[in-house]
Amino acid sequence: MTGQATKVLAVIVALTAIAVIVPNTNSFVILLTTRALAFSILVMSVDVLLGYTGLPSLGQAAYLGVGAYLTAILATRYQFGLGYDFWLVVVFGILIAAVLAAVFGLLAIRASGVYFLMITLALGQCAWGLAYRWNSLTGGDNGINLRGRPKFGIDLANEVTFFFLVFGFFVVSLLLMYTLVRSPFGRSLTGIRERELRMKILGYNTWLHKYVAFIIAGGFGGLAGVLWAHTAGIVSPENVVLTTSVDALLMAVLGGAGTLVGGVIGALIVFGLREYLSTLVPWWQYVLGSVYVLTILFLPTGLMGIPERIRQRQTLSGKREDVKEIAPVTS
Amino acid sequence: MTADSREPALELRGLSKSFGGLRAVHRVTLTVMPGERKAIIGPNGAGKTTLFNLITGILPSTSGQVMLFGRDVTKWPSHRRTALGMARTFQITSLFPKLTVLDNVLLAIQGLRRSKFVMWRFLSSYRELYDKAYGLLERAQFLDRKDTEVRYLSHGEQRQLEIVIGLASEPRILLLDEPAAGLSSGESSDMIRFLAHLDRSLAILLIEHDMDVVFDVTDHISVLHFGEVLEAGPREQIRHSEKVQQIYLGTA
Ligand SMILES: Nc1ncnc2c1ncn2[C@@H]1O[C@H](COP(=O)(O)OP(=O)(O)O)[C@@H](O)[C@H]1O
Ligand SMILES: [Mg+2]
Repeated sequence: MTGQATKVLAVIVALTAIAVIVPNTNSFVILLTTRALAFSILVMSVDVLLGYTGLPSLGQAAYLGVGAYLTAILATRYQFGLGYDFWLVVVFGILIAAVLAAVFGLLAIRASGVYFLMITLALGQCAWGLAYRWNSLTGGDNGINLRGRPKFGIDLANEVTFFFLVFGFFVVSLLLMYTLVRSPFGRSLTGIRERELRMKILGYNTWLHKYVAFIIAGGFGGLAGVLWAHTAGIVSPENVVLTTSVDALLMAVLGGAGTLVGGVIGALIVFGLREYLSTLVPWWQYVLGSVYVLTILFLPTGLMGIPERIRQRQTLSGKREDVKEIAPVTS
Repeated sequence: MTADSREPALELRGLSKSFGGLRAVHRVTLTVMPGERKAIIGPNGAGKTTLFNLITGILPSTSGQVMLFGRDVTKWPSHRRTALGMARTFQITSLFPKLTVLDNVLLAIQGLRRSKFVMWRFLSSYRELYDKAYGLLERAQFLDRKDTEVRYLSHGEQRQLEIVIGLASEPRILLLDEPAAGLSSGESSDMIRFLAHLDRSLAILLIEHDMDVVFDVTDHISVLHFGEVLEAGPREQIRHSEKVQQIYLGTA
């Protein structure tokens, strides 16, 4: 109990620090953090599936993509969503992604383990194919350039204002997902992750629980997409491509699956590394790849798992000393 | 009410299951009345666990019917059967290893409640649910270990917790698959005492190799051999049956 309170407090302190420090830095850091926070909403939604439900989805970029394309198409074609109607776009973006997840979920949720991974991957590729091929709507390979951010009382063209908007959405998403995973529904997802068969025998319609979780994750992906469109100013097939889904999954694992906030740490590190390294060395992608591989090999519980591992190491070495003391007696 | 109590809690009618060419369960017919305690014995591979999987809907049956409290549930998914008042334990311990004892019990209690769909309130705010979990854990003398992760419990403790979790949904019929498997003789007599003290209105269908458990807990035994009921009757009849001694008790 107290352990949980400490963790919550640490997150509050960290978030406050971000809100205070980042706006006072340069625009490079502000933009970088804004990107990472917007993308973190997608990463946390992946974590709800992977870390809490045990569903490794490799197609979550589709939901980010549909939210982002919706935002870009409405803004460039219909000048919609550039004033107060931005909030409507947020709602539409969440809804359309949730509907897409509801359709894809019908196909994916029946499978489990690696089959689930493959089906979500295939469905994600379908979404990418559409974005790439449907030239008249999506602009094909070139994508869609947004010509400005919304203005409603506040002007989101100001990068600090925009940072706080994304930060606000991020905090609300974190709170909602935190409540979700600690709710009766969320605990039942953990039960499904641990032992689905037992859950069925206990009276849970596990398919329905997974399906609902999948739709909710899709909705958060859509929200991340709406924010991403305005963060990047351009929406292209690159946002829907497999690599984006893989990124989201790996960021969740890097930070620590089943922790929610781990995803943010993962996102900040990856975005940071990518931006800094890509200006320094041409082989930055290998560095990133190595970080992923090393994490999975040596830190399966992610960066958030480090304190726990240190504690285990300490108790372990403590035990070893005990053994040493006993050893002479037994030999 | 009287009509209800005359209706079998569980009725199997010619229930069969084949895996390819293997007839794992073949035309099993069996009735368990409310409050009745029956055992299924038989050598390894006789089809006992498969029979439980058919009753609970984990596996689809090849032919035959499963009637639960008067309803034909043959085609129902597991969770709906559970909702009618059935619970089971597993031969191989099947708990939530990385969750605490308390969380295991909470999930079990919540399985048949509508609150399992609530996602805007913390689970920890459901006082009544926790009170019930504490009550169950106290009766099973687990309260001191409520915050222990299940994977750190001993085998015997895990076997006990299996039953606690089975009882959490307040079933009217409980299926126990070798509850005493791997227990020491001391733990095994604890188990007998625990089972013997369960509410008499609870029907029990028990699979067990430990004959002490079988004879102390149940009064009717069906012997399963190559998927078929070889003989069924009161325990004294089975104890003295030559056929049964040949295939089963003789080897034990
Ligand atoms: N899912 C399955 N697929 C194929 N064969 C199975 C399956 N489950 C059980 N069997 C086979 O059915 C037979 C009965 O097994 P089981 O019901 O576990 O026996 P018991 O519980 O009486 O020891 C065994 O030969 C076993 O190998
Ligand atoms: Mg068995």
